[in-house]
Amino acid sequence: MNDFLTMGGYGGYVWPAYAIALVVLVLVLVLTLRGAASSQKTLDLLQQARGGRRSRRGAAPVGDQAVTPSTVDTGAERP
Amino acid sequence: MHRFANPARFLRLATILLPWAVGVTVISLVAGLAYALVLSPADYQQGETVRIMYIHVPAAWMGMFAYTMMAIASAVALIWKHPLADLAGKASAPVGAAFTLICLVTGSLWGKPMWGTWWVWDARLTSMLILLFLYLGYMALQSAFDDPRRGQKAASVLALVGFVNVPIIKFSVDWWNTLHQPASVVKMGGPAIDASMLVPLLLMALAFKGYYVVVLLIRIRTEIAEAKIRTLRMAELHG
Repeated sequence: MNDFLTMGGYGGYVWPAYAIALVVLVLVLVLTLRGAASSQKTLDLLQQARGGRRSRRGAAPVGDQAVTPSTVDTGAERP
Repeated sequence: MHRFANPARFLRLATILLPWAVGVTVISLVAGLAYALVLSPADYQQGETVRIMYIHVPAAWMGMFAYTMMAIASAVALIWKHPLADLAGKASAPVGAAFTLICLVTGSLWGKPMWGTWWVWDARLTSMLILLFLYLGYMALQSAFDDPRRGQKAASVLALVGFVNVPIIKFSVDWWNTLHQPASVVKMGGPAIDASMLVPLLLMALAFKGYYVVVLLIRIRTEIAEAKIRTLRMAELHG
């Protein structure tokens, strides 16, 4: 077990490499999931406010104008 | 191709794909880590530091793969004005940047014990650092204009111009003298690496690719939701 942790004397390099990869990947995943949850919540609220007339399926028309990406209104991206 | 341009169709496809992508990622990650950390042998030259390779190399592959995807999406967006292409490029960038960062940091942690230095300004390392800056530039450009469409267009042009860097990264170890070792997996005449090390490498590569697909699908879904939100808000404003 101790050999496993010391990695033949290179534990100080091997473990930080795995730790940093884990931290970065988990961070991106968490931010992604959080963003997904908050947009879905906003979308549900807006669709409820419209009385549910627009069903989910038809809510996004196909076309350049309708689905043009733009900045997310987080405030952070707009100074 | 425009069949998949339909966001509703994409959403249905994503719902089917997502659980499979999560499954592949989890299974290959667990198996990959078991091989990478326990079951694979130490290298006869590099000792236990070779285990850094199982993170470093797949991360480098993914950094270049995500950029290639971003460049393709940008080309499709610029040429055909494909409505999902911009979203795909936008969703790809942060994941690719994360993998590139992991590649650089783990490379540094590997370089110190093996080369005696954290960093050298040689072709491979420098071109990889440029890749990270291209990602950051792409993401910065997207929000640099008042009109988000102009920002996305500028970012797409940067992604395309910057694509020239990807083959430079790939061939840098052959074209210039470098401390970095040349390719040992993707090369003419088959991989020059023992199966005991190739297995964890490919498993980790599969895990990273699965992770990329999972995050990409969720992010595109979020972008579609955001687009719907804007449409609904616009409709509210204008009656």
